[in-house]
Amino acid sequence: MLWETFLLAQREIRRNVLRSSLTILGIVIGVAAVITMVTLGSGATAKVTADISNLGSNMLMLRPGQGFHGPGGARSSAPMFKTDDAEAIARDISGLAAVAPLSSKMTQTIYGSRNWSTSVIGTTDDFVKVRNWPLESGRLFTEGEMRAGKTVCVLGATVKKELFGGQDPLGISIRLRKLSCQVIGVLQPKGQTSFGTDQDDLVLIPMRAFQRRIAGNTDVKTIYVSAEDGISTEKVKKAIETLMRERRHIPIGDESNFHVRDMKEIMDTLTNSTRVLTALLAAIAAVSLLVGGIGIMNIMLVSVTERTREIGIRLAIGAREREVLMQFLVEAVVLSSFGGLAGIALGLAAAAAGAQALNVPFIFNIKIVLIAFLFSAAVGVIFGYFPARKAARLDPIEALRHE
Amino acid sequence: MKTTGMDPNQNQTIIRLRGVTKVYGRGSAAMHALKGIDMDIRQGEFVAVMGPSGSGKSTVMNILGCLDTPTRGQYFFYGMDVGKLTRDQRALLRRHYLGFVFQGFNLLNRTSALENVELPLIYRGTPVAKRRKLAVEALAAVGLSAWESHTPGELSGGQQQRVAIARAIVAHPRVLLADEPTGNLDSSRSREIMELISAFNRELGLTIIMVTHETSMAAYAGRRIHFMDGLIDNGGEQKGAL
Ligand SMILES: Nc1ncnc2c1ncn2[C@@H]1O[C@H](COP(=O)(O)OP(=O)(O)OP(=O)(O)O)[C@@H](O)[C@H]1O
Ligand SMILES: [Mg+2]
Repeated sequence: MLWETFLLAQREIRRNVLRSSLTILGIVIGVAAVITMVTLGSGATAKVTADISNLGSNMLMLRPGQGFHGPGGARSSAPMFKTDDAEAIARDISGLAAVAPLSSKMTQTIYGSRNWSTSVIGTTDDFVKVRNWPLESGRLFTEGEMRAGKTVCVLGATVKKELFGGQDPLGISIRLRKLSCQVIGVLQPKGQTSFGTDQDDLVLIPMRAFQRRIAGNTDVKTIYVSAEDGISTEKVKKAIETLMRERRHIPIGDESNFHVRDMKEIMDTLTNSTRVLTALLAAIAAVSLLVGGIGIMNIMLVSVTERTREIGIRLAIGAREREVLMQFLVEAVVLSSFGGLAGIALGLAAAAAGAQALNVPFIFNIKIVLIAFLFSAAVGVIFGYFPARKAARLDPIEALRHE
Repeated sequence: MKTTGMDPNQNQTIIRLRGVTKVYGRGSAAMHALKGIDMDIRQGEFVAVMGPSGSGKSTVMNILGCLDTPTRGQYFFYGMDVGKLTRDQRALLRRHYLGFVFQGFNLLNRTSALENVELPLIYRGTPVAKRRKLAVEALAAVGLSAWESHTPGELSGGQQQRVAIARAIVAHPRVLLADEPTGNLDSSRSREIMELISAFNRELGLTIIMVTHETSMAAYAGRRIHFMDGLIDNGGEQKGAL
């Protein structure tokens, strides 16, 4: 009898092509929208996470001032670090793989007739260790170059492309504004961050050269520290805080005039914003799911008159209430499943295309697929089934008379 | 078509109504469609129910067909008190014993004539092949062999009515209830339908209760029951020979 009912239901579906396809359409749109949105949202989150762990997962960042404000933030009152702060950290704290002081300034770079405005960063060769950033060609600064503050530089891939195109820049001198500087290396390209900033748009020069010839002071804006594998960044962070408070003569109980962030905190800050984005997308998707649901509901309710008459006929011919209901239930389930599967296929296809276009990873979230599917199926079943149940409980003659 | 193995007792009373009333609505708006009907129908009878419009003919037919329930009074079908049956039992009674032809056809839209006729057999659980065969035979019996795949929308009123009759008799019911089967048809079509129905009565011994307005149609029946304002007009009842 169940098979019989199934055949009956699918015949009924084919008989009412318009109603069936409109119902399916509502489900397809709802399910596809949710899947697309959520998949892209979690893809974006994953991209951000990947970007950040790309920076080096055991990295810490010291900055003067309170809080994490980014460049130009409110830290003017707090004194800057000096190069010997970085040296002291490297010397006094154990378990560190690299310590890189860092200062930067937007500077015009010039080679021949080309020029390009980029961020010139004064640092040490530890920078590439901390950032986990191999060279494409050439070499890093030597100990002597760093000590002497020689004007040699390592280019980011973007700067190399802008100034040299396909030409090999090694050994050639470029100008950083008025300062002539010999190119000794090129970094491997890293690409864009998920927020669209080009990580390769930079030039590295030795810290001392930067301080003397570009900044004109001995300040260090940021210190990057990376802990050795297996060393807890939490412990390192504590040790650095203690050391720096001492060096900056901060009385016990006073707040520090600098801060140390580990990657987890930085990651939290950034993933929070993508989480908001994902939630927003999910909300939009939920609305389209709801609209799809209302569409299904309308189609089902509009066809109630016709269905009530049909139910009346079936009852009059000798169908029992439960046989009629089983038919309508199976019909609703078949329709909903079909629409749900089509929606999943469409949603995944759209999400895959979108992920490609937005350059984020495609992350299949089975939970969302199931939720979207079950929701639409429930809408289809509820609005297909309950009006039918109401009709099937009437006396046959009442159902037949239904206007 | 073969003769069905019906109860040979031609005089058994199979349908018995006792004091049946039907009230639509309530209070001052109450409409007394039936005001206390007693009726006996014997096995194999062909009865014509007549009477003016609004006299309660369709109401009593719906009660006889277990499509509607009386407000008061009792209905015995083969001795069973129908009022005491559950909804499902009444559905089974319709399924196995009753065939109904409605005043307004009541065929399934967008469904072929053949599938419409097959419908009662589906609920009887008749296997597909046998179902198909019986439906084809029933459509042939009403002269619609060429129209099997047509949907009601593609059939004339008379053809739809014949599909409805085929559907009513395909499962070999004990009783055929026909509410103005010729109401929408011209006189020659009406005569065809009446020939068909009375043939079922004569050849298969099918018990038939038929509502009609026209004396010429009632002439096919063995007995007439006249309705008047929700009551049976006893003076008018003519007990003709079977
Ligand atoms: N669902 C209903 N609600 C209220 N009144 C009804 C309903 N059905 C029938 N009636 C009333 O009951 C009375 C009997 O109706 P019924 O349909 O039995 O008449 P009928 O004899 O079949 O008439 P006709 O020859 O026109 O078909 C009528 O007055 C009608 O208005
Ligand atoms: Mg009537």
